[in-house]
Amino acid sequence: MAYQESSRVVNRRAFLRMVAGAATGAAVAGGIPAIVAAQKPPSFPKGTTLNILEWVSFVPASDVEFKRLAAEFGKLAGVEITVDQINMNDLNPRIASAIETRSGPDIIMMISNWPHLYADGLADVDDVAEEIAKRDGAFYEFNRRASVVDNRWKSVPLCSVNSTWNYREDWFKEAGAAKFPDTWDELRRVGTELKKKGHPIGQAFGHSLGDPNQWAYPVTWCFGGAEIDDKGKVVINSKQTIEALRFTVAFWKDCLDEGGLAWDDTSNNRAFLAGTISATINGASIYFVAKRQFPEIAKAMNHAHMPRGPAGRFYSIGGQSRAVMNYSKNQQVAKAFLRWFMDRPQYDKWMTANDGYVVGPTPYWEKHPLWERDPKLVPFRESSKFGRWPGYPGQPSRKASEALVKYILVDMYAQAIKGMKPEDAAKWAEGELKKAYT
Amino acid sequence: MAERASPAASAVPVAGVVAVPEARRPGRLGRLLEREHVLAGVLLAPALVILTVFIAYPFVLGIWLAVSDKVVGRPGAFVGLENFRVNLNDAIFLRAFQNTFVYTFIATFFKLVLGMLAALLLNHHFRFKRIVRASMLLPWIVPTVLSTLAWQWMFDATFSVFNWVLMNVGLISKRILWLGDGTLAMGCLILVNVWRGMPFFAITLLAGLQTVNPDLHEAAEIDGANAWQRFWWVTLPLIKPIMLVVVLFSMIATFADFQLIYVLTRGGPYSSTHVFGTYAYEIAMRAAKLGQGASISLSLFPFLLVVIVFQLWYIRRSD
Repeated sequence: MAYQESSRVVNRRAFLRMVAGAATGAAVAGGIPAIVAAQKPPSFPKGTTLNILEWVSFVPASDVEFKRLAAEFGKLAGVEITVDQINMNDLNPRIASAIETRSGPDIIMMISNWPHLYADGLADVDDVAEEIAKRDGAFYEFNRRASVVDNRWKSVPLCSVNSTWNYREDWFKEAGAAKFPDTWDELRRVGTELKKKGHPIGQAFGHSLGDPNQWAYPVTWCFGGAEIDDKGKVVINSKQTIEALRFTVAFWKDCLDEGGLAWDDTSNNRAFLAGTISATINGASIYFVAKRQFPEIAKAMNHAHMPRGPAGRFYSIGGQSRAVMNYSKNQQVAKAFLRWFMDRPQYDKWMTANDGYVVGPTPYWEKHPLWERDPKLVPFRESSKFGRWPGYPGQPSRKASEALVKYILVDMYAQAIKGMKPEDAAKWAEGELKKAYT
Repeated sequence: MAERASPAASAVPVAGVVAVPEARRPGRLGRLLEREHVLAGVLLAPALVILTVFIAYPFVLGIWLAVSDKVVGRPGAFVGLENFRVNLNDAIFLRAFQNTFVYTFIATFFKLVLGMLAALLLNHHFRFKRIVRASMLLPWIVPTVLSTLAWQWMFDATFSVFNWVLMNVGLISKRILWLGDGTLAMGCLILVNVWRGMPFFAITLLAGLQTVNPDLHEAAEIDGANAWQRFWWVTLPLIKPIMLVVVLFSMIATFADFQLIYVLTRGGPYSSTHVFGTYAYEIAMRAAKLGQGASISLSLFPFLLVVIVFQLWYIRRSD
């Protein structure tokens, strides 16, 4: 079984074998090819350093394992390696200052389409990405779209943190649903019953990075709408979008907790764990906290897929990747690290530490045993198949980012909820998107 | 001590003649520094360097960015006033513009009125006066992010302590969504800003009140002035300069506020609470459009300049 590799001890010889093919073409004198040819332990010139900038993960064990693996690589490669961690919200300014001053970390974490935003500061990593794809199968399309800019891989896809429906099975059964509804209309019917029983569904429509967009983008796509078409033309003001808006307004009245307009990314977690809502779109963090602190809720809850709409089932997934900065003097070491980290034995350990919080960047990792250990996490594994990106079906470009940071789609829904006619809300969004996409 | 001669003293001739050390002629540098304008230049140089590096350079760079199409990682090209033209056609920018003024003027007004009241109260003698004065400063001392997070909990849509109290005393039957409505959210932001900034007004105005000579109040009292008249005709004119300085500082800080709004609402719901600072951050940092973001920030400058010039002129005229 492939995962027996995970227990394999990574010794210097294994490390050598792994980096040997990887370093083909590495023209650094005395670099990996020379080391391999000489059959000596891999070592970079004395004093070689590697600095990695990461976020503070919502799963502490993930950070611990990442640092442990980094230290292991440092030991094997003879590199002094440091991992700096900052809050997710501080990553953008830190990346901007690193690129502008052309100094700072050698590897930086990228979230969603950031490689498009910062492409001019990133080194090409085609060799690493293509090697992984060759070994593990093609990356999911949203991962690929986020990392490839002008046909060059600007970052190595690492994983995705997906959001699915978290719901109370017990309350859904009481409301007449033996399983989570498969379509939006069915969900509205069950949600109406749940709200009548004092168990509304929860959804954020405020300004925060994650949850509000997890409604705005997929629901628009499910009903057949989109911000832009595949050529980048703004097409939001369509019958399909207006239908999605009408549905959302009705869903708000019939099913949702009215606090949503004031919610941020943490509000639904608290509300779910406090038992004030029966379902919400979120990552696996609610379940993890419930398992530790509220075992009864963990037992009563489950996860389910985003319902289907007239146009199908969709998730908005940005994905995560890691980029080698083009100002870095240690680009070969940085690539060697990413190549080593993404190799199965190492990645397996990191994924295991995440316990279902992250999904691998290729379908290969759908076979990981952790998904069998806890069937409640299975929807996360499968959600990547339905993942799309901001700007879909166009590119996840800089312009898509502007639309995202202006919360144009979120505000379109929020204004409709507050009483703006769906037609006017779609027209407003069209005007704002045209400014962003010019 | 006087009897014990120091080695230096013993070296002085004792025959009543004190040897005057030969006057050293100042060196070239010394002669140069004796010139008043040179010395002035040398003494001012550190301040000028600091001002140039930390204030003038960023300011000039900000102006350059605002008239360029600079994005992260690419050199910017000069685009004239294009960024400002884009801003004027941007509904979110116009809302942020309006919000910045509403937020600044209302918050500063309440900070001044409440700060003055607190200062007048604290100027009286009462038990634990010092403890009360010190504790007044707490909201101002606590890091803004921390205190704002506490307020966020108090305004929480589900767990708001305000809603809990109002429901338990029977004043409301349905929870109020403090941050779920644009107008109400702006009110909440102003409330938190007043809570945080009022102690600065109170303590500074208190310092001003303590410089007022009590004799003037006594004289006014003998002439039959009541408390309000004494405040209006005696206290207020005397503390006016310090009051204007505090208002000036506060307006500048409130115009440029960021943390409080970013933590509480991030400009939401539906972009109804964005101010220049939060919107500029989103565009410059999260959309990586440094030029556009700088132009949003720089839009503050003309208004701040007017406020500063007017207040400094007024203070100088009063003097």
